[in-house]
Amino acid sequence: MSAFAQVAFSWDWDYALRVLPDIARGLWQTILATLVGISIGMVLGLLLALLRRSRVRVIRWPTIAFIEFVRSTPLLVQLFFIFFVFPGFGLVLSPFVTLVVGLGIHYGTYTSESYRAGIENVERGQWEAATALNLSAATTWSRIVLPQAIPTVIPALGNYLVAMFKDAPLGFAVAAGGILLAAQSEASRSFRPIEPFTLMGVLFLAVSIPAAFFVRYLERRYGYERA
Amino acid sequence: MLSGNQIQALLEGVWMTVRVFALAGLLGTVLALLFGIMSLAENRLLRWISRIYVEVARGASAIVLLFYAAFAIPIILGMRSGRTFVFTAAVVALGVNMGGYGAEVVRTGIQSVPRGQTEAATALNLRFRDRLRHVTLPQALIVMLPPYGNLSIEVLKATALVSLVGLADLTAEAQNLRVQRAVSGSRAATSLAIFGTALVFYFVMAQLLAVFFRWLERRLAGDWYRGRS
Repeated sequence: MSAFAQVAFSWDWDYALRVLPDIARGLWQTILATLVGISIGMVLGLLLALLRRSRVRVIRWPTIAFIEFVRSTPLLVQLFFIFFVFPGFGLVLSPFVTLVVGLGIHYGTYTSESYRAGIENVERGQWEAATALNLSAATTWSRIVLPQAIPTVIPALGNYLVAMFKDAPLGFAVAAGGILLAAQSEASRSFRPIEPFTLMGVLFLAVSIPAAFFVRYLERRYGYERA
Repeated sequence: MLSGNQIQALLEGVWMTVRVFALAGLLGTVLALLFGIMSLAENRLLRWISRIYVEVARGASAIVLLFYAAFAIPIILGMRSGRTFVFTAAVVALGVNMGGYGAEVVRTGIQSVPRGQTEAATALNLRFRDRLRHVTLPQALIVMLPPYGNLSIEVLKATALVSLVGLADLTAEAQNLRVQRAVSGSRAATSLAIFGTALVFYFVMAQLLAVFFRWLERRLAGDWYRGRS
C-alpha cells in the first residue's frame, strides 16, 4: 500500500525535464494557431460587421443569423463540423487548418460586434463631412470611418486574442498539434499523467496570465470601455 | 435525415449536457458570489486570495482545468477514476472556471452601486452582512444579470468539452453516431445531419437561456420600479 502511494504521489524531475521540450513545442503550436486564428478572425469580423450594416435585407439578415448561430454554439462541435462534414462537399482540411479556420470563424462573430460598436461610435459629423466633400463610399470607409473606428476596437481584440488562446488547445479533438495533444499523448504513452499535465498547466498560466494583464493595461491606457 | 433512434441518442446526450450545465452553473454561481464578495473585503489577505483564484481559474482555461481534474487529480489523490469521478471532475472544472469569470461580474456589479448607499446603510448601523443582503446585492443584481446571462451561455458551450474526457453528452453522442455511420459506410449527408442537428440543439438551449435571462431582467426591473425589491 505504501509502495503504491509512493509511486502515485511522486514527482519525477528527470521525467518532467525529459517531457518538457515536447510540451513546450506543443505550447508553441498552440500560440501559432492562436496568432493565425486571430488574423482570420479580425478580417472576417470586419467583413461581417460591414455585411451586417448593409441596407440590403437578403445580405443583412443572413449575416445576423450566422453571427447569432455561431456565437451560441460550441467551438468544439464547429470544429467537428468543419473536419467531418466539409470533406463530403469536397473540402478536405488538415487538422491545423481546421483549427485555425474554426477559431477564426468563431471569434470573427465576436470581433464583428466590437467592430460594429467601433463604427457606430464614429461621430455623425464625420459621415456628413465626407458627404459634403463628395467623397466616394470607398474613400469614406477607408480614409475616414475605419481609421477612426479600428483603434477603439484594439483592446477588445486583445481580449479575444487571450480568449482564443484558451480555446486553441481544443485542436486536440481533431488531432491538431498543440499543448494538450502533446501532454495527453505523453501521459498515455508513459501512464504518468501528473508531470505532463502539471507542466501543461504551469506553462499555460505562464502565457495566459501575463497576456491578460497586458490587455488590461491596454484597456486602461486607451480608456476603452466595454459595452 | 436522422432516424428516431438517432434523435433519441442525441436527446439522451442533451440530458447529460443539461445536468453538467446545471451543476457546474450552480457551483460557479456559489464560487462567483464567494470570491466576488471576498475581492471587496477590507482584509488584504482575503482580497489576495480572491485575486489569485480569479487569475488562475480564468487563466488556466476550461479545457486545461478539465483534463487536469479528470486525469491528474485522481492519481494525486490516489483514487480510482470511474464514471462518477469523471462526472464530478467535469462539473468541478467547469464550475471553477465559471466562478473565476463570475467573481468579476459580481465584483463590478457591487462596485456599480453608488457609495452613498453603503454609507447610508452604515449610518443606519447595519452590519456588513445586512448591508450586503438588503442594500448592495439587490441593487447590484440588476447590473449583474446581463453579463451573468452571457456567462451562462459560455458555460453551456463549454460543456461540450466534457465529451473529450469520456462523458456521454450531446457532443459525444453526435460523435458516436458519426462513427457508427462511418463503419456502416454511409454518405457524407449523414454527417451533415448529425452535426447540424447537434448544433441546432445547442442553439435552441442557448436561446432558451437568453430568453430566460431577458425575462428575469424585465421582472426584476419591474419589481424595482414598483418598489418591491
